[in-house]
Amino acid sequence: MTWLMDLQVLNNHILSVLIFLPLAMALLVLAIRNDEVVRWITLATMVVVFILTIPLICGFDTTTHTMQYVEGPYTWISAFNAQYYLGLDGISVLFVFLTGLIGIVSVLASWTSVKKSVSGFMACLLFMQTFMIGVFCSLDFFLFYIFWEAMLIPMYLLIGVWGGPRRIYAAVKFFLYTLVGSVLMLVGIIALYFAAGSTFDIQALMANEYSFAFQAVVFLSFFIAFAIKVPMFPFHTWLPDAHVEAPTAGSIILAGVLLKMGTYGFLRFSIPMFPDAANYFAVPIIILSIIGIIYGALLALAQTDLKKLIAYSSVSHMGFITFALFLFNVNGMEGGIIQMFNHGITTGALFLCVGIIYERTHTRELSEYGWVAKLMPLYAVFLFVFTLASLGFPGTNGFIGEILILFAAYEGWEFYLIFLLIGIILGTAYMLYLYKKLCFGAGCASHHGEEPAPMPKTAKTAKDINGREALALFILLIFVFWIGFQPMGYLDIMHESVAHLLDQAGHLPATEVLVEGAGEALGIVGQGGDILLDGLSDAVDSTAPEL
Amino acid sequence: MENIVTDIRPLLAVLVSAVAVLFILMARKLPNLREGVSYVAAGIKFLLILSMVPVVLAGGVVEFTVFEVLPGIELKFRADALGMFFALTASFLWIIATTYSIGYMRSLNEHAQTRYFSCFAIALSAAIGVAFAGNLFTLYLFYELLSIMTYPLVAHHEDDPAWEGGTKYIVYLVGTSKTFLLAAVVMTYMITGTLEFKEGGIFTTAMPVVPVILTYIFFLIGFAKAGIMPLHNWLPSAMVAPTPVSGLLHAVAVVKVGVFSVVRIMLYVFGVEVMGAFGLGMATAFFVSFTIITASIIALTKDDLKARLAYSTVSQLSYIIIGVAMLTPSGITGGILHIACHAFSKITLFFCAGSIYVASGIKKISKLDGIARRMPITMAAFTIGAFSMIGVPVAAGFASKWYLAIGTLEAGSLALLMVLLVSTVLNAAYFLPIIFRAYFKEAPNTEEFLRIKETPFVWVPLSITAVISVIIGVYPDFLLSMIEIIVGNL
Repeated sequence: MTWLMDLQVLNNHILSVLIFLPLAMALLVLAIRNDEVVRWITLATMVVVFILTIPLICGFDTTTHTMQYVEGPYTWISAFNAQYYLGLDGISVLFVFLTGLIGIVSVLASWTSVKKSVSGFMACLLFMQTFMIGVFCSLDFFLFYIFWEAMLIPMYLLIGVWGGPRRIYAAVKFFLYTLVGSVLMLVGIIALYFAAGSTFDIQALMANEYSFAFQAVVFLSFFIAFAIKVPMFPFHTWLPDAHVEAPTAGSIILAGVLLKMGTYGFLRFSIPMFPDAANYFAVPIIILSIIGIIYGALLALAQTDLKKLIAYSSVSHMGFITFALFLFNVNGMEGGIIQMFNHGITTGALFLCVGIIYERTHTRELSEYGWVAKLMPLYAVFLFVFTLASLGFPGTNGFIGEILILFAAYEGWEFYLIFLLIGIILGTAYMLYLYKKLCFGAGCASHHGEEPAPMPKTAKTAKDINGREALALFILLIFVFWIGFQPMGYLDIMHESVAHLLDQAGHLPATEVLVEGAGEALGIVGQGGDILLDGLSDAVDSTAPEL
Repeated sequence: MENIVTDIRPLLAVLVSAVAVLFILMARKLPNLREGVSYVAAGIKFLLILSMVPVVLAGGVVEFTVFEVLPGIELKFRADALGMFFALTASFLWIIATTYSIGYMRSLNEHAQTRYFSCFAIALSAAIGVAFAGNLFTLYLFYELLSIMTYPLVAHHEDDPAWEGGTKYIVYLVGTSKTFLLAAVVMTYMITGTLEFKEGGIFTTAMPVVPVILTYIFFLIGFAKAGIMPLHNWLPSAMVAPTPVSGLLHAVAVVKVGVFSVVRIMLYVFGVEVMGAFGLGMATAFFVSFTIITASIIALTKDDLKARLAYSTVSQLSYIIIGVAMLTPSGITGGILHIACHAFSKITLFFCAGSIYVASGIKKISKLDGIARRMPITMAAFTIGAFSMIGVPVAAGFASKWYLAIGTLEAGSLALLMVLLVSTVLNAAYFLPIIFRAYFKEAPNTEEFLRIKETPFVWVPLSITAVISVIIGVYPDFLLSMIEIIVGNL
């Protein structure tokens, strides 16, 4: 890819190209009436965007935490010092890459399933691409907020126009939930702007010191915004509705990238800007995460709707991530970030799998299946791999994230291991349940020539996956095993940034604060005890002769 | 110091059957070619493993590191004497079980045979993977793979009992491994900083007692495949599977993977020294004594032949653990030797049960009156297998029991010796009535009974395993020379 780097425009403005190429193509696509042309143009754009993200990863300097590929800052609204300022560190570069990847998959997923106003749909996907990459690249809060809010509109349209029967309800619910969070975040941003002396520069804001009270308030306003996006328990109720009603591509983007925005927000803003508050609120956040892990998993187990099951599994999986991030140790951070990436790949793939059979049968009820292994064997193999990845089978990407998070929990949070393990086993249970229900059981002539059980009506429309679908699944499959067996490349990229983040986050990692606090408290009690005992013995001594 | 040879053969031995699956799937329309692939793969696998025997007998270890996954965690294969011992047994029996499978599956005209042979091949890959695992990560990977890939085999019939058995199977095995085993692996890594297997263990007596003991307990619970009570119940439930599966997987591959893993962590993760110093060895021995006795008693009550064999297996597996847990040279020898002895004898017994079922449709022991007259070869093999399990001299089981008994004396524990003796009596009590019935009871003079006939694809493999059961009993030297290396290096 070196020849790409030789092009000067790309060299200096690669992030801008990444952001504005899809935007320009979206406008172009809107003007074209031929659906087939629209599809190919969109796919080509997504592929180009993805290819452009490869040199970002390959050329990334892993020895430093400073922002790379920086553009700007160029002031564009001088009245309040808003700047056009882009750059990537070892964390955001991974998500730009993931966004590029998910972009291709989402186009492939909607090739034939979307029939209504194709150009509008494809334009929405391209707009999403622009805004998502923009969010990950922004180094200016104002710019960030624009991209963050803008994302809502195409997503709202994707769900509300191309969604399922209850699409309006789901779209409005999604919009309102996220908007409430965003508005709270806006308040926080404005507060920061004035506290730090009229700047939106994220790095400058990080460098500032804030009083604890200020940190706590702004942290909470950010927290709600991000927690809704993740979504963390108890802010998760919009997610199942949005997933169920969204078209396949919408679900893939939602699970693949949008949910990561919340945790990315924690990493980029909450933790480095408000380290004291982050440490202070770590335990409540960890407890919420654990509730999310177990509650989400239990809800997933109870579902009979394919998409709902995977949606609730996301709540559980994202719980692992927020849990890991707020442990404030290296394994936790890296495990959490790699798990964010993994969740994007795996859950994106699972939604794609659901989309593929939904397109054939138009039902998401598990009881209507049971013939998949028999009638769609190739599909069953892909689904099997992604099921294993989702439940953290060793050798897949899920395992790497899982084991790093377990290592992290062992460093001072041993007690919480129990809950993590319960979450893991529940995760295994619902994924295997899902796979079994989809693949086995229907229409089997048991043995000895018995009458075969009747096939569900849906089986009539079964047809194994075609080349396009196989390609989309295969792209994601590569990453399942790549990260599963060779995660070091990914971990190396984020290593310096994580170290820097931990440095910013803490005077002391949260565990040590707790341990020290407990130690101090014990010491005080001990001292008190000593004084008491001394007093007692004195009293005894003084009264002894008389006894 | 051991002599380490870097060679790709352990990896190839693992991969052969996984690659074979592709050809099995391609040949799905041509059953003869499909089973031919299974034979070729089984043969290559066995020869690959056999080709490493000289290195291992010379005291060497064949190692192959595929790549590093995380710092200190590698995908690594290591063929040492213990691994070879298990791998040789399992891969040899795959060849025989393939023959038997063909006879059994075709006689009964079973459905989904391609899936059956594919899963079987992957299960064998996984079993050899566990045998040759060079560290806990690799072992865990193949251990889980084995659980998942044997599920379709257990639930093969796809009727209600099969789903029920399959669900129980996966809940027990994955439920324990995804929680306790994973936790134990994490704890081992956090305490010792490595997951490598090492002679003498990676834990040291200087490490804190409580976490080490807790890790050990987690391992024991996590390896539910070993069938230690109270986590044994999946095994009788798994008997809903077709008989070749019960034979190879639930007498050899799956359960032995469990026991082998327990032995592996006792000797190569904790090490004899730590096991002894923390009192874990004797505690384990007494704990599994309960399984030995109780499972035998339950076996007495079962009228279903396969269920009785299943409980017998639960009991016999703990022989292996008790032997190694005694931590004395003879005890360890007896325990490891029993891996092979039990494998050959128990697979014979299961094959016999399947042979009877294929020929006559009989599953109950109470219906076996006079069956030996119609099925002489099967019942002769059954008698040899049963004698071996009881520990009658000349049969294989005697050799291992002999070493186990000496082991109890070396450990100075009369109580454990009593456990062995009582269980021997119980073994006799649940096997001899079957033999008596088959040979000496009046046969029903029905037309149906007279039509019973043995099929060669079925009786050939089971006579081979029966003959080998005797050969091991008379001439265990080859196996013992391998065990000597294991014990010598500890």
